Amino acid sequence: MDLSIFTYPFMQNAILSAFLGGIACSVIGVFVVLLHMPFIGVCMSHAAFAGALLGLWLGFNPMIGAFVFSLGAAAIVGPLADRGELNPETSVGVIFSLMLGLAFLFMGLMSGPKSAALELLWGSILTNTRGDIVVLAIVAVLVVGIIFVFYKEIQATVFQRDMARAVGIPATVMLYSILFLMGATITASFSSIGGLLIFSLILNPAAAAYQLTYSMKKMFILSAVFGVLSGWIGLLISYFFNIPSGATIVVTSSVIFLLAVVFSPKRKVKRWQTKPLGDNTP
Amino acid sequence: MLDTNNTNSYSIDINNAVVSFREDIALRGVSLKVKHGEFIGVVGPNGAGKTTLLTIVNGMGKLLHGQVIVLGQNLTSGNGHSLRKKVGYVAQVESIDPRMPMIVREVAMIGRYGRLGLFKRPGKTDWEIVDKALELVGMTHLARRPIGHLSGGEQQRVAIARCLVQEPEIFLLDEPTAALDWKAKTDIMELVKRIHDLRGLTTLFVTHDLSALPIACDRVVLMKDGLIWSEGPPKGLLTDEKLGQLYDLPVAEVEKRRREAALV
Repeated sequence: MDLSIFTYPFMQNAILSAFLGGIACSVIGVFVVLLHMPFIGVCMSHAAFAGALLGLWLGFNPMIGAFVFSLGAAAIVGPLADRGELNPETSVGVIFSLMLGLAFLFMGLMSGPKSAALELLWGSILTNTRGDIVVLAIVAVLVVGIIFVFYKEIQATVFQRDMARAVGIPATVMLYSILFLMGATITASFSSIGGLLIFSLILNPAAAAYQLTYSMKKMFILSAVFGVLSGWIGLLISYFFNIPSGATIVVTSSVIFLLAVVFSPKRKVKRWQTKPLGDNTP
Repeated sequence: MLDTNNTNSYSIDINNAVVSFREDIALRGVSLKVKHGEFIGVVGPNGAGKTTLLTIVNGMGKLLHGQVIVLGQNLTSGNGHSLRKKVGYVAQVESIDPRMPMIVREVAMIGRYGRLGLFKRPGKTDWEIVDKALELVGMTHLARRPIGHLSGGEQQRVAIARCLVQEPEIFLLDEPTAALDWKAKTDIMELVKRIHDLRGLTTLFVTHDLSALPIACDRVVLMKDGLIWSEGPPKGLLTDEKLGQLYDLPVAEVEKRRREAALV
């Protein structure tokens, strides 16, 4: 096998992007799964897509458009979800279709070639620059760092928000911080994976990890591993078969999810831990 | 300003509290004083404002009018957060996904988190407190099970342990036995009373189900339509006549239903 491809800077950038984007997206995905809010992620990622296209159309940085639009979607859907007043199917239906409608509207209004817009649709990890990687690295460090520092507050918030509030944890601040991080992650990973596919890289690795462990810490770690693996394997398949990388990354993450479902210990007879108390590691 | 007499005599002092949720008025001017160490049963039909009463005690409900002083602290919209660390709250059993990646010990530990504050991690002492609380509620043998695999009664025991590790001064229970079978219900009632006595707590126990009210209550508060309809010792208040008026039923019907309930 010819491995000289790995010596090219564009491939090294892509591998690094897949690593950082895989970690950021899949770790954020743990929140999406545990908060039972996939609809918020879907709305935010499609809003980011529409915002980026608005940026392309009006001539400002698409990343700024993506960030503002995804946070805007979170600002609309977040409070409804927080108060438990949301019928997910209805709001996803409305916001999802509105955002796709806006995206294609902006695309239609653009004059000249549409290749930049299509790149946002499918993603192009192989054209990532050092600048893209720096943004991805900042977001990945921010996401992992915040989880590390506020782990106990996050754990209580994603378990039961009302209960977290009742013991004096600022659960609402935590929830909105999570949504803010989700917006930042979507924006930073957007150009690599593509607006239509990014949500799969957020959801699939976390959903796979959810099948495999009863420990939230392990879930974060497994999800990050699956996210990075999806990125790297998808990248290799994309290179060897000359097909779009965003698509191969997402298909790989879906295959990992299916394997996790098939081999999930949670589907089998429950075997209880019988470790005695006194061991301070939960 | 704080009234120093209130601070000394009462854990909870609610004065003419009005709370509304959008267009509905949930509390229409409720006043209630609860002494340190009292065990109060709050009874009333659904929608009477019982849960709202609890939310203004732990600072989660927003007052439209009136004053609430809890543990000497005048509650405002901004300071409920710090007060909640001293108030244990057990709600109804919620369905938990069996795959939820949390074990019983971790769920009980959440009670310590508010007290620990930001940036601090639980240490050896905190885990010892958790293990002692789990022992007290009889859950040591299930301490390492995933929380979603427990029965409703077991989950409520964990919720009570979570409150205990908070080391609260006030114990609020909102229909803690709803959706539990008879055995689990009576076990939880007994446990709550035992912990109340053991820890010298001030307890508010809310229920719409008379058979779920610990008979050892010091005082019963009957609520209806967002108001305190009557209050006093349980013997004098929980008569068929009073309950008939509270639930809008003829006395004969109350008697009949009580007999039927006793047979279950």
